[in-house]
Amino acid sequence: MSQPTLDIHKIARLSRLALTEEEATRFESQLGKVLEYMSALEHHDLSAVEPTQHAMPIYDVWREDESRSGFTAEEALANAPRQSSGQFLMPRVVEE
Amino acid sequence: MPKYITTIGLEVHAQLNTRSKMFCPCPVGYGADPNTQTCPTCLGLPGALPVLNLEAIEKTVLAGMMLGCSTPPISKWDRKNYFYPDMPKNYQTTQFDLPLCLDGGVPLYDLAYPKDAQKSIKNPGKVVKLTRIHLEEDVGKSTHSGIGTQLDFNRAGTPLMEIVSEPDIESAEEAFAYLISLRQILIYGGVSDADMEKGQLRCDVNISVRPEGQKELGAKIELKNLNSIAAVRRAIHHEVERQTEAVMRGEKLLQSTRRWDDDRGETQLMRSKEDAHDYRYFPCPDLLPIRTASIIERVHPRVPESPHAKRARFEQDYSVSAYDAGVLTSDKALAAWFEEAVAADAKVPAKKIANWVINELLGRLNEASSALENSLVKPTALNELVACVESGKISNTQAKEVFDEMFSSGETAVAIIKKKGFEQVSDTGALEAFCDQVISANPEKVAEFKAGNDKVLNWMTGQVMKASGGKANPKVLSELLRAKLA
Repeated sequence: MSQPTLDIHKIARLSRLALTEEEATRFESQLGKVLEYMSALEHHDLSAVEPTQHAMPIYDVWREDESRSGFTAEEALANAPRQSSGQFLMPRVVEE
Repeated sequence: MPKYITTIGLEVHAQLNTRSKMFCPCPVGYGADPNTQTCPTCLGLPGALPVLNLEAIEKTVLAGMMLGCSTPPISKWDRKNYFYPDMPKNYQTTQFDLPLCLDGGVPLYDLAYPKDAQKSIKNPGKVVKLTRIHLEEDVGKSTHSGIGTQLDFNRAGTPLMEIVSEPDIESAEEAFAYLISLRQILIYGGVSDADMEKGQLRCDVNISVRPEGQKELGAKIELKNLNSIAAVRRAIHHEVERQTEAVMRGEKLLQSTRRWDDDRGETQLMRSKEDAHDYRYFPCPDLLPIRTASIIERVHPRVPESPHAKRARFEQDYSVSAYDAGVLTSDKALAAWFEEAVAADAKVPAKKIANWVINELLGRLNEASSALENSLVKPTALNELVACVESGKISNTQAKEVFDEMFSSGETAVAIIKKKGFEQVSDTGALEAFCDQVISANPEKVAEFKAGNDKVLNWMTGQVMKASGGKANPKVLSELLRAKLA
Protein backbone atom coordinates (compact mmCIF):
# COMPACT_ATOMS: atom_id res chain seq x y z
CA MET A 1 0.00 0.00 0.00
CA SER A 2 1.39 3.37 -0.96
CA GLN A 3 1.99 5.96 1.71
CA PRO A 4 0.22 9.26 0.84
CA THR A 5 2.72 12.06 0.31
CA LEU A 6 2.61 15.14 2.47
CA ASP A 7 4.44 18.39 1.74
CA ILE A 8 4.26 20.19 5.07
CA HIS A 9 6.00 23.30 3.75
CA LYS A 10 3.48 23.68 0.94
CA ILE A 11 0.57 23.23 3.35
CA ALA A 12 2.06 25.82 5.69
CA ARG A 13 2.52 28.27 2.81
CA LEU A 14 -1.09 27.80 1.62
CA SER A 15 -2.29 28.34 5.20
CA ARG A 16 -0.12 31.45 5.62
CA LEU A 17 1.67 29.81 8.56
CA ALA A 18 5.35 30.35 9.34
CA LEU A 19 6.53 27.11 10.96
CA THR A 20 9.84 26.56 12.67
CA GLU A 21 11.74 23.43 11.60
CA GLU A 22 10.77 21.79 14.86
CA GLU A 23 7.06 22.55 14.27
CA ALA A 24 7.27 21.39 10.67
CA THR A 25 8.64 18.01 11.76
CA ARG A 26 6.05 17.66 14.52
CA PHE A 27 3.05 18.58 12.33
CA GLU A 28 4.31 16.47 9.46
CA SER A 29 4.29 13.44 11.68
CA GLN A 30 0.86 14.30 13.17
CA LEU A 31 -0.76 14.96 9.81
CA GLY A 32 0.92 11.85 8.43
CA LYS A 33 -0.92 9.82 11.07
CA VAL A 34 -4.25 11.34 9.93
CA LEU A 35 -3.54 10.28 6.37
CA GLU A 36 -2.54 6.83 7.56
CA TYR A 37 -5.81 6.60 9.41
CA MET A 38 -7.75 7.54 6.27
CA SER A 39 -5.83 4.97 4.22
CA ALA A 40 -7.22 2.29 6.55
CA LEU A 41 -10.26 2.48 4.24
CA GLU A 42 -8.19 0.87 1.52
CA HIS A 43 -8.13 -2.39 3.48
CA HIS A 44 -11.88 -2.78 3.08
CA ASP A 45 -13.92 -3.88 0.11
CA LEU A 46 -16.13 -0.86 -0.59
CA SER A 47 -17.36 -1.95 -4.03
CA ALA A 48 -20.90 -2.46 -2.73
CA VAL A 49 -21.06 0.88 -0.89
CA GLU A 50 -22.90 3.70 -2.66
CA PRO A 51 -20.93 6.96 -2.64
CA THR A 52 -22.71 9.82 -0.86
CA GLN A 53 -22.33 13.57 -1.30
CA HIS A 54 -22.38 14.39 2.38
CA ALA A 55 -21.80 12.69 5.71
CA MET A 56 -25.44 13.29 6.65
CA PRO A 57 -28.18 11.49 4.68
CA ILE A 58 -30.31 14.64 4.52
CA TYR A 59 -31.22 16.62 1.40
CA ASP A 60 -33.04 19.77 0.31
CA VAL A 61 -32.65 22.09 3.24
CA TRP A 62 -33.34 25.59 1.97
CA ARG A 63 -35.31 28.76 2.63
CA GLU A 64 -37.62 31.03 0.60
CA ASP A 65 -36.14 34.17 -0.92
CA GLU A 66 -37.24 36.69 1.69
CA SER A 67 -34.99 39.49 2.84
CA ARG A 68 -34.65 40.92 6.29
CA SER A 69 -32.19 43.48 7.54
CA GLY A 70 -29.29 42.40 9.71
CA PHE A 71 -26.54 44.54 11.16
CA THR A 72 -26.35 48.31 11.08
CA ALA A 73 -23.02 49.65 9.77
CA GLU A 74 -21.97 50.39 13.38
CA GLU A 75 -22.71 46.81 14.45
CA ALA A 76 -20.96 45.36 11.40
CA LEU A 77 -17.85 47.42 12.14
CA ALA A 78 -17.90 46.94 15.92
CA ASN A 79 -14.97 44.49 15.86
CA ALA A 80 -12.99 46.18 13.09
CA PRO A 81 -9.49 47.11 14.31
CA ARG A 82 -9.51 50.03 11.85
CA GLN A 83 -12.27 51.67 9.89
CA SER A 84 -12.77 54.60 7.55
CA SER A 85 -16.03 56.14 6.22
CA GLY A 86 -18.17 53.18 7.17
CA GLN A 87 -15.75 50.62 5.72
CA PHE A 88 -13.29 48.11 7.10
CA LEU A 89 -9.79 49.47 6.65
CA MET A 90 -6.75 47.26 6.23
CA PRO A 91 -3.24 47.52 4.91
CA ARG A 92 -3.31 48.08 1.19
CA VAL A 93 -3.41 44.77 -0.70
CA VAL A 94 -2.30 44.43 -4.29
CA GLU A 95 -5.30 43.44 -6.35
CA GLU A 96 -5.06 40.09 -8.06
CA MET B 1 3.72 33.56 -43.37
CA PRO B 2 2.22 30.77 -41.26
CA LYS B 3 -1.34 31.19 -40.11
CA TYR B 4 -2.28 31.26 -36.43
CA ILE B 5 -5.40 29.92 -34.77
CA THR B 6 -6.95 31.77 -31.85
CA THR B 7 -8.82 29.82 -29.19
CA ILE B 8 -10.93 31.65 -26.61
CA GLY B 9 -12.99 30.51 -23.65
CA LEU B 10 -15.03 32.84 -21.43
CA GLU B 11 -15.90 32.73 -17.76
CA VAL B 12 -18.87 34.95 -17.07
CA HIS B 13 -20.09 35.84 -13.60
CA ALA B 14 -23.71 37.00 -13.42
CA GLN B 15 -25.36 38.23 -10.23
CA LEU B 16 -28.86 36.84 -9.78
CA ASN B 17 -31.61 39.37 -9.11
CA THR B 18 -32.99 37.70 -6.01
CA ARG B 19 -34.33 39.67 -3.06
CA SER B 20 -31.97 38.13 -0.52
CA LYS B 21 -28.42 36.77 -0.48
CA MET B 22 -27.35 33.21 -1.31
CA PHE B 23 -26.79 31.91 2.22
CA CYS B 24 -28.45 34.50 4.48
CA PRO B 25 -31.54 36.73 4.36
CA CYS B 26 -29.65 40.04 3.95
CA PRO B 27 -31.12 42.18 1.18
CA VAL B 28 -29.35 42.28 -2.19
CA GLY B 29 -29.05 45.69 -3.77
CA TYR B 30 -26.80 48.11 -5.53
CA GLY B 31 -25.95 51.54 -4.17
CA ALA B 32 -26.76 51.17 -0.45
CA ASP B 33 -24.45 52.80 2.14
CA PRO B 34 -21.37 50.64 2.85
CA ASN B 35 -21.82 47.71 5.25
CA THR B 36 -25.54 48.28 5.82
CA GLN B 37 -26.57 44.92 4.28
CA THR B 38 -24.64 42.39 6.32
CA CYS B 39 -25.15 39.81 9.07
CA PRO B 40 -22.94 37.27 10.90
CA THR B 41 -23.17 34.83 7.96
CA CYS B 42 -22.02 37.10 5.13
CA LEU B 43 -19.39 38.72 7.36
CA GLY B 44 -18.01 35.25 8.04
CA LEU B 45 -18.28 35.56 11.80
CA PRO B 46 -17.40 32.37 13.70
CA GLY B 47 -20.31 30.02 14.27
CA ALA B 48 -22.66 31.58 11.71
CA LEU B 49 -24.28 28.96 9.48
CA PRO B 50 -25.45 29.31 5.87
CA VAL B 51 -28.92 28.33 4.55
CA LEU B 52 -29.53 27.95 0.78
CA ASN B 53 -31.75 30.41 -1.08
CA LEU B 54 -34.16 28.26 -3.12
CA GLU B 55 -35.00 31.04 -5.59
CA ALA B 56 -31.31 31.42 -6.50
CA ILE B 57 -31.14 27.69 -7.22
CA GLU B 58 -34.30 27.87 -9.33
CA LYS B 59 -33.05 30.89 -11.28
CA THR B 60 -29.79 29.11 -12.08
CA VAL B 61 -31.66 26.01 -13.25
CA LEU B 62 -33.91 28.29 -15.34
CA ALA B 63 -30.87 29.91 -16.98
CA GLY B 64 -29.55 26.41 -17.64
CA MET B 65 -32.81 25.34 -19.30
CA MET B 66 -32.77 28.42 -21.56
CA LEU B 67 -29.23 27.51 -22.59
CA GLY B 68 -29.96 23.83 -23.20
CA CYS B 69 -27.98 22.55 -20.20
CA SER B 70 -28.67 19.38 -18.27
CA THR B 71 -28.91 19.24 -14.47
CA PRO B 72 -27.42 16.33 -12.52
CA PRO B 73 -29.85 14.52 -10.16
CA ILE B 74 -27.82 15.63 -7.12
CA SER B 75 -26.01 18.93 -6.74
CA LYS B 76 -23.84 20.02 -3.85
CA TRP B 77 -21.70 22.81 -2.39
CA ASP B 78 -17.95 22.98 -1.88
CA ARG B 79 -15.42 25.32 -0.33
CA LYS B 80 -12.76 27.04 -2.42
CA ASN B 81 -9.99 28.08 -0.07
CA TYR B 82 -7.94 31.24 -0.48
CA PHE B 83 -6.92 34.26 1.57
CA TYR B 84 -8.11 37.61 0.42
CA PRO B 85 -9.77 40.29 2.53
CA ASP B 86 -12.90 40.53 0.33
CA MET B 87 -13.81 37.00 1.52
CA PRO B 88 -13.60 37.00 5.32
CA LYS B 89 -14.36 33.28 5.80
CA ASN B 90 -11.14 32.54 3.86
CA TYR B 91 -13.13 30.33 1.55
CA GLN B 92 -15.77 30.96 -1.06
CA THR B 93 -18.77 28.65 -1.00
CA THR B 94 -19.15 27.41 -4.57
CA GLN B 95 -19.80 24.21 -6.51
CA PHE B 96 -16.98 21.96 -7.64
CA ASP B 97 -17.85 18.52 -8.99
CA LEU B 98 -21.67 18.58 -9.01
CA PRO B 99 -22.74 21.99 -10.38
CA LEU B 100 -26.39 22.81 -11.11
CA CYS B 101 -25.94 22.86 -14.91
CA LEU B 102 -23.76 20.97 -17.38
CA ASP B 103 -23.19 21.29 -21.14
CA GLY B 104 -25.58 23.41 -23.21
CA GLY B 105 -24.58 26.38 -25.35
CA VAL B 106 -24.99 30.05 -26.17
CA PRO B 107 -26.41 30.75 -29.66
CA LEU B 108 -24.66 33.69 -31.35
CA TYR B 109 -27.43 35.83 -32.85
CA ASP B 110 -26.44 37.78 -36.00
CA LEU B 111 -27.48 41.06 -34.42
CA ALA B 112 -25.35 40.31 -31.37
CA TYR B 113 -22.15 40.80 -33.37
CA PRO B 114 -20.59 44.27 -33.39
CA LYS B 115 -22.36 46.44 -36.03
CA ASP B 116 -19.24 46.68 -38.18
CA ALA B 117 -18.85 42.89 -38.21
CA GLN B 118 -22.45 41.87 -38.96
CA LYS B 119 -21.83 41.77 -42.72
CA SER B 120 -18.95 39.30 -42.43
CA ILE B 121 -20.04 36.68 -39.88
CA LYS B 122 -17.71 33.71 -40.35
CA ASN B 123 -19.85 31.07 -38.62
CA PRO B 124 -23.53 32.06 -38.94
CA GLY B 125 -25.83 30.24 -36.54
CA LYS B 126 -22.93 29.14 -34.34
CA VAL B 127 -23.71 27.88 -30.85
CA VAL B 128 -20.77 28.22 -28.42
CA LYS B 129 -20.58 25.13 -26.21
CA LEU B 130 -20.79 25.54 -22.45
CA THR B 131 -18.92 23.42 -19.93
CA ARG B 132 -21.03 24.21 -16.89
CA ILE B 133 -22.92 26.77 -14.83
CA HIS B 134 -22.46 26.73 -11.09
CA LEU B 135 -23.86 28.81 -8.28
CA GLU B 136 -21.66 30.54 -5.73
CA GLU B 137 -21.49 33.66 -3.58
CA ASP B 138 -20.11 37.04 -4.59
CA VAL B 139 -17.37 38.61 -2.48
CA GLY B 140 -17.11 42.04 -0.83
CA LYS B 141 -16.05 45.14 -2.72
CA SER B 142 -12.56 46.46 -2.06
CA THR B 143 -11.37 49.97 -2.84
CA HIS B 144 -7.64 50.61 -2.85
CA SER B 145 -6.40 54.06 -1.92
CA GLY B 146 -3.54 55.84 -0.22
CA ILE B 147 -4.80 55.07 3.27
CA GLY B 148 -5.09 51.34 2.56
CA THR B 149 -7.75 48.95 1.31
CA GLN B 150 -11.35 49.69 2.28
CA LEU B 151 -13.95 46.95 2.36
CA ASP B 152 -17.70 47.05 1.92
CA PHE B 153 -19.41 43.69 2.49
CA ASN B 154 -22.86 44.60 1.12
CA ARG B 155 -22.09 42.60 -2.02
CA ALA B 156 -20.63 39.63 -0.13
CA GLY B 157 -22.97 36.66 -0.40
CA THR B 158 -24.95 37.91 -3.40
CA PRO B 159 -25.95 34.86 -5.48
CA LEU B 160 -23.54 34.61 -8.40
CA MET B 161 -23.73 32.26 -11.38
CA GLU B 162 -20.50 31.35 -13.09
CA ILE B 163 -21.06 30.43 -16.71
CA VAL B 164 -18.03 28.66 -18.18
CA SER B 165 -17.69 28.16 -21.93
CA GLU B 166 -15.62 25.58 -23.74
CA PRO B 167 -12.62 26.96 -25.65
CA ASP B 168 -14.98 27.23 -28.59
CA ILE B 169 -14.68 30.90 -29.55
CA GLU B 170 -12.50 31.90 -32.51
CA SER B 171 -12.40 35.68 -32.51
CA ALA B 172 -12.99 38.90 -30.59
CA GLU B 173 -16.20 39.36 -32.59
CA GLU B 174 -17.54 35.96 -31.55
CA ALA B 175 -16.69 36.73 -27.91
CA PHE B 176 -18.59 40.01 -28.27
CA ALA B 177 -21.61 38.24 -29.79
CA TYR B 178 -21.46 35.57 -27.08
CA LEU B 179 -21.71 38.18 -24.34
CA ILE B 180 -24.50 40.16 -26.02
CA SER B 181 -26.53 36.97 -26.69
CA LEU B 182 -25.93 35.59 -23.22
CA ARG B 183 -26.91 38.88 -21.58
CA GLN B 184 -30.08 39.01 -23.68
CA ILE B 185 -31.03 35.46 -22.64
CA LEU B 186 -30.38 36.15 -18.93
CA ILE B 187 -32.53 39.29 -19.08
CA TYR B 188 -35.27 37.43 -20.98
CA GLY B 189 -35.33 34.79 -18.26
CA GLY B 190 -35.56 37.47 -15.55
CA VAL B 191 -32.56 35.75 -13.98
CA SER B 192 -30.12 38.65 -13.83
CA ASP B 193 -30.27 42.36 -14.63
CA ALA B 194 -26.85 41.76 -16.25
CA ASP B 195 -25.73 45.40 -16.17
CA MET B 196 -21.95 45.39 -16.67
CA GLU B 197 -21.60 48.96 -15.40
CA LYS B 198 -23.08 47.89 -12.08
CA GLY B 199 -20.86 44.81 -11.99
CA GLN B 200 -23.86 42.50 -12.34
CA LEU B 201 -22.15 40.83 -15.29
CA ARG B 202 -18.38 40.30 -15.28
CA CYS B 203 -16.16 38.46 -17.69
CA ASP B 204 -12.73 36.80 -17.68
CA VAL B 205 -11.21 35.68 -20.96
CA ASN B 206 -8.91 32.68 -21.55
CA ILE B 207 -7.04 33.03 -24.78
CA SER B 208 -4.33 31.13 -26.62
CA VAL B 209 -2.74 31.24 -30.04
CA ARG B 210 -1.13 28.37 -31.96
CA PRO B 211 0.24 27.90 -35.47
CA GLU B 212 -2.12 26.24 -37.95
CA GLY B 213 -1.50 22.50 -38.03
CA GLN B 214 -0.44 22.28 -34.38
CA LYS B 215 -2.86 20.08 -32.50
CA GLU B 216 -2.36 21.02 -28.86
CA LEU B 217 -3.55 24.43 -27.69
CA GLY B 218 -1.02 27.20 -27.03
CA ALA B 219 -0.31 28.48 -23.50
CA LYS B 220 -3.53 29.59 -21.82
CA ILE B 221 -3.41 33.26 -20.90
CA GLU B 222 -6.17 34.70 -18.76
CA LEU B 223 -7.31 38.33 -19.09
CA LYS B 224 -8.88 40.18 -16.19
CA ASN B 225 -10.36 43.63 -15.54
CA LEU B 226 -12.67 43.68 -18.54
CA ASN B 227 -15.39 46.18 -17.64
CA SER B 228 -17.51 46.33 -20.77
CA ILE B 229 -18.34 44.11 -23.71
CA ALA B 230 -16.53 46.56 -26.01
CA ALA B 231 -13.44 46.31 -23.75
CA VAL B 232 -13.54 42.50 -24.09
CA ARG B 233 -13.37 42.90 -27.85
CA ARG B 234 -10.53 45.42 -27.70
CA ALA B 235 -8.56 43.34 -25.20
CA ILE B 236 -8.83 40.18 -27.31
CA HIS B 237 -7.72 42.03 -30.47
CA HIS B 238 -4.71 43.36 -28.60
CA GLU B 239 -3.84 40.05 -26.98
CA VAL B 240 -4.13 38.01 -30.21
CA GLU B 241 -1.74 40.44 -31.86
CA ARG B 242 0.68 40.38 -28.92
CA GLN B 243 0.70 36.58 -28.66
CA THR B 244 0.98 36.04 -32.44
CA GLU B 245 3.95 38.40 -32.65
CA ALA B 246 5.62 36.64 -29.72
CA VAL B 247 5.13 33.19 -31.25
CA MET B 248 6.46 34.46 -34.60
CA ARG B 249 9.59 35.76 -32.87
CA GLY B 250 10.06 32.24 -31.54
CA GLU B 251 9.22 33.27 -27.97
CA LYS B 252 7.71 30.61 -25.75
CA LEU B 253 4.50 31.85 -24.10
CA LEU B 254 3.80 30.72 -20.55
CA GLN B 255 0.51 30.15 -18.81
CA SER B 256 -0.25 33.38 -16.96
CA THR B 257 -2.82 35.97 -15.94
CA ARG B 258 -2.75 39.46 -17.43
CA ARG B 259 -4.64 42.61 -16.57
CA TRP B 260 -6.28 44.69 -19.31
CA ASP B 261 -5.69 48.44 -19.10
CA ASP B 262 -8.44 49.95 -21.23
CA ASP B 263 -6.97 53.48 -21.18
CA ARG B 264 -3.56 52.35 -22.43
CA GLY B 265 -5.04 49.63 -24.64
CA GLU B 266 -2.64 46.94 -23.47
CA THR B 267 -2.32 44.00 -21.10
CA GLN B 268 0.17 43.69 -18.23
CA LEU B 269 1.39 40.55 -16.49
CA MET B 270 -0.24 39.92 -13.09
CA ARG B 271 1.05 36.44 -12.26
CA SER B 272 2.59 33.45 -13.98
CA LYS B 273 1.75 29.78 -13.57
CA GLU B 274 4.21 29.35 -10.70
CA ASP B 275 1.98 31.53 -8.51
CA ALA B 276 -1.16 29.69 -9.64
CA HIS B 277 -3.63 29.13 -6.84
CA ASP B 278 -4.16 25.81 -5.13
CA TYR B 279 -7.72 26.12 -3.89
CA ARG B 280 -7.98 22.76 -2.07
CA TYR B 281 -11.69 22.34 -2.79
CA PHE B 282 -13.61 20.14 -0.40
CA PRO B 283 -17.33 19.51 0.25
CA CYS B 284 -18.93 22.14 2.48
CA PRO B 285 -20.02 20.36 5.66
CA ASP B 286 -22.47 23.17 6.55
CA LEU B 287 -24.65 22.76 3.48
CA LEU B 288 -26.58 19.63 2.53
CA PRO B 289 -26.82 18.40 -1.07
CA ILE B 290 -30.00 18.95 -3.06
CA ARG B 291 -32.03 16.60 -5.22
CA THR B 292 -32.85 18.49 -8.38
CA ALA B 293 -35.85 16.55 -9.79
CA SER B 294 -38.52 18.59 -7.98
CA ILE B 295 -36.73 21.83 -8.79
CA ILE B 296 -36.61 21.00 -12.49
CA GLU B 297 -40.32 20.21 -12.41
CA ARG B 298 -41.15 23.54 -10.77
CA VAL B 299 -38.90 25.62 -13.01
CA HIS B 300 -40.02 24.12 -16.31
CA PRO B 301 -43.23 26.16 -16.65
CA ARG B 302 -41.21 29.32 -15.93
CA VAL B 303 -39.03 28.99 -19.04
CA PRO B 304 -39.95 31.96 -21.24
CA GLU B 305 -39.95 32.15 -25.03
CA SER B 306 -36.28 32.54 -26.00
CA PRO B 307 -35.16 35.58 -28.00
CA HIS B 308 -34.51 33.17 -30.86
CA ALA B 309 -38.01 31.66 -30.80
CA LYS B 310 -39.60 35.09 -30.45
CA ARG B 311 -37.68 36.32 -33.46
CA ALA B 312 -38.88 33.39 -35.58
CA ARG B 313 -42.46 33.95 -34.43
CA PHE B 314 -42.30 37.67 -35.28
CA GLU B 315 -41.11 36.88 -38.81
CA GLN B 316 -43.93 34.39 -39.21
CA ASP B 317 -46.83 36.18 -37.50
CA TYR B 318 -46.08 39.78 -38.38
CA SER B 319 -44.44 39.30 -41.82
CA VAL B 320 -41.46 41.41 -40.82
CA SER B 321 -37.97 40.81 -42.20
CA ALA B 322 -35.46 38.70 -40.25
CA TYR B 323 -33.50 41.87 -39.52
CA ASP B 324 -36.54 43.78 -38.23
CA ALA B 325 -37.61 40.79 -36.12
CA GLY B 326 -34.09 40.73 -34.68
CA VAL B 327 -34.25 44.41 -33.76
CA LEU B 328 -37.71 44.11 -32.22
CA THR B 329 -36.78 41.08 -30.13
CA SER B 330 -33.34 42.36 -29.10
CA ASP B 331 -35.00 43.74 -26.00
CA LYS B 332 -37.81 41.94 -24.19
CA ALA B 333 -39.56 45.20 -23.26
CA LEU B 334 -39.38 46.48 -26.85
CA ALA B 335 -40.86 43.22 -28.16
CA ALA B 336 -43.74 43.54 -25.67
CA TRP B 337 -44.26 47.21 -26.65
CA PHE B 338 -44.49 46.27 -30.32
CA GLU B 339 -46.91 43.42 -29.66
CA GLU B 340 -49.13 45.72 -27.62
CA ALA B 341 -49.12 48.27 -30.47
CA VAL B 342 -50.09 45.59 -33.00
CA ALA B 343 -52.81 44.16 -30.76
CA ALA B 344 -54.45 47.58 -30.24
CA ASP B 345 -56.10 47.28 -33.65
CA ALA B 346 -55.38 44.14 -35.64
CA LYS B 347 -56.54 45.79 -38.89
CA VAL B 348 -53.44 47.98 -38.99
CA PRO B 349 -50.63 46.06 -40.73
CA ALA B 350 -48.00 44.90 -38.21
CA LYS B 351 -45.26 45.42 -40.79
CA LYS B 352 -46.08 49.14 -40.95
CA ILE B 353 -46.07 49.42 -37.17
CA ALA B 354 -42.70 47.66 -37.11
CA ASN B 355 -41.30 50.28 -39.52
CA TRP B 356 -42.52 53.10 -37.31
CA VAL B 357 -41.08 51.50 -34.20
CA ILE B 358 -37.68 50.78 -35.75
CA ASN B 359 -37.20 53.89 -37.90
CA GLU B 360 -38.98 56.58 -35.93
CA LEU B 361 -39.50 55.57 -32.32
CA LEU B 362 -36.09 53.95 -31.72
CA GLY B 363 -34.34 56.70 -33.72
CA ARG B 364 -35.99 59.44 -31.70
CA LEU B 365 -35.34 57.67 -28.37
CA ASN B 366 -31.72 57.25 -29.38
CA GLU B 367 -31.36 60.94 -30.31
CA ALA B 368 -32.92 61.94 -27.00
CA SER B 369 -30.80 59.31 -25.11
CA SER B 370 -34.07 58.20 -23.59
CA ALA B 371 -35.35 54.75 -22.67
CA LEU B 372 -38.44 53.07 -24.06
CA GLU B 373 -40.10 53.03 -20.65
CA ASN B 374 -39.99 56.85 -20.63
CA SER B 375 -41.51 57.22 -24.10
CA LEU B 376 -44.51 59.56 -24.18
CA VAL B 377 -45.74 57.74 -27.27
CA LYS B 378 -47.72 54.75 -26.07
CA PRO B 379 -48.29 51.55 -28.09
CA THR B 380 -51.99 52.22 -28.75
CA ALA B 381 -51.19 55.81 -29.83
CA LEU B 382 -48.72 54.57 -32.44
CA ASN B 383 -51.30 52.13 -33.77
CA GLU B 384 -53.76 55.01 -34.13
CA LEU B 385 -51.22 57.13 -36.05
CA VAL B 386 -50.39 54.30 -38.45
CA ALA B 387 -54.12 53.71 -38.95
CA CYS B 388 -54.49 57.37 -40.01
CA VAL B 389 -51.76 56.94 -42.64
CA GLU B 390 -53.19 53.65 -43.88
CA SER B 391 -56.66 55.05 -44.34
CA GLY B 392 -55.22 57.98 -46.30
CA LYS B 393 -56.34 60.49 -43.73
CA ILE B 394 -52.86 62.00 -43.64
CA SER B 395 -49.77 61.60 -45.80
CA ASN B 396 -46.58 59.91 -44.68
CA THR B 397 -44.76 63.25 -44.49
CA GLN B 398 -47.51 64.71 -42.35
CA ALA B 399 -47.49 61.61 -40.16
CA LYS B 400 -43.81 62.19 -39.38
CA GLU B 401 -44.62 65.71 -38.25
CA VAL B 402 -47.47 64.35 -36.13
CA PHE B 403 -45.17 61.72 -34.66
CA ASP B 404 -42.63 64.38 -33.68
CA GLU B 405 -45.28 66.15 -31.71
CA MET B 406 -46.58 62.93 -30.16
CA PHE B 407 -43.03 62.16 -29.08
CA SER B 408 -42.49 65.52 -27.42
CA SER B 409 -45.96 66.18 -25.98
CA GLY B 410 -47.55 62.75 -25.56
CA GLU B 411 -50.73 63.97 -27.28
CA THR B 412 -52.68 61.52 -29.43
CA ALA B 413 -52.36 61.44 -33.21
CA VAL B 414 -56.01 62.40 -33.81
CA ALA B 415 -55.77 65.47 -31.57
CA ILE B 416 -52.59 66.67 -33.29
CA ILE B 417 -54.00 66.07 -36.78
CA LYS B 418 -57.03 68.15 -35.92
CA LYS B 419 -54.95 70.93 -34.40
CA LYS B 420 -52.63 71.10 -37.42
CA GLY B 421 -55.53 70.89 -39.88
CA PHE B 422 -53.89 67.92 -41.54
CA GLU B 423 -57.08 66.11 -42.46
CA GLN B 424 -56.68 65.32 -46.13
CA VAL B 425 -59.40 66.04 -48.59
CA SER B 426 -60.36 62.72 -50.11
CA ASP B 427 -63.76 63.94 -51.14
CA THR B 428 -63.55 63.60 -54.93
CA GLY B 429 -66.17 66.30 -55.53
CA ALA B 430 -64.00 68.95 -53.90
CA LEU B 431 -60.84 67.62 -55.53
CA GLU B 432 -62.43 67.49 -58.99
CA ALA B 433 -63.07 71.21 -58.90
CA PHE B 434 -59.37 71.84 -58.16
CA CYS B 435 -58.32 69.47 -60.97
CA ASP B 436 -60.58 71.09 -63.53
CA GLN B 437 -59.22 74.46 -62.53
CA VAL B 438 -55.60 73.39 -63.07
CA ILE B 439 -56.35 71.54 -66.33
CA SER B 440 -58.14 74.47 -67.95
CA ALA B 441 -55.44 76.94 -66.86
CA ASN B 442 -52.62 74.87 -68.39
CA PRO B 443 -53.58 73.59 -71.87
CA GLU B 444 -49.89 73.36 -73.00
CA LYS B 445 -49.07 70.95 -70.06
CA VAL B 446 -52.10 68.82 -70.94
CA ALA B 447 -50.77 68.57 -74.49
CA GLU B 448 -47.33 67.54 -73.22
CA PHE B 449 -48.87 64.79 -71.07
CA LYS B 450 -50.91 63.54 -74.00
CA ALA B 451 -47.71 63.47 -76.08
CA GLY B 452 -46.37 60.95 -73.61
CA ASN B 453 -44.50 63.03 -71.01
CA ASP B 454 -45.62 61.30 -67.83
CA LYS B 455 -43.60 63.60 -65.62
CA VAL B 456 -46.05 66.41 -66.25
CA LEU B 457 -48.50 64.55 -64.05
CA ASN B 458 -46.29 65.19 -61.01
CA TRP B 459 -46.17 68.87 -61.79
CA MET B 460 -49.97 69.01 -62.17
CA THR B 461 -50.47 67.06 -58.92
CA GLY B 462 -48.30 69.68 -57.26
CA GLN B 463 -50.46 72.48 -58.66
CA VAL B 464 -53.68 70.90 -57.42
CA MET B 465 -52.06 70.27 -54.04
CA LYS B 466 -51.15 73.95 -53.85
CA ALA B 467 -54.69 74.97 -54.80
CA SER B 468 -56.10 72.71 -52.06
CA GLY B 469 -53.83 74.22 -49.46
CA GLY B 470 -51.86 70.98 -49.16
CA LYS B 471 -54.83 69.03 -47.92
CA ALA B 472 -55.50 66.86 -50.93
CA ASN B 473 -54.92 63.17 -50.50
CA PRO B 474 -52.11 62.59 -53.02
CA LYS B 475 -53.17 59.03 -53.84
CA VAL B 476 -56.77 59.95 -54.61
CA LEU B 477 -55.60 63.07 -56.44
CA SER B 478 -53.23 61.40 -58.89
CA GLU B 479 -55.82 58.77 -59.79
CA LEU B 480 -58.36 61.51 -60.39
CA LEU B 481 -56.01 63.54 -62.61
CA ARG B 482 -55.03 60.53 -64.65
CA ALA B 483 -58.69 59.70 -65.26
CA LYS B 484 -59.47 63.28 -66.30
CA LEU B 485 -56.53 63.52 -68.71
CA ALA B 486 -57.08 60.16 -70.32
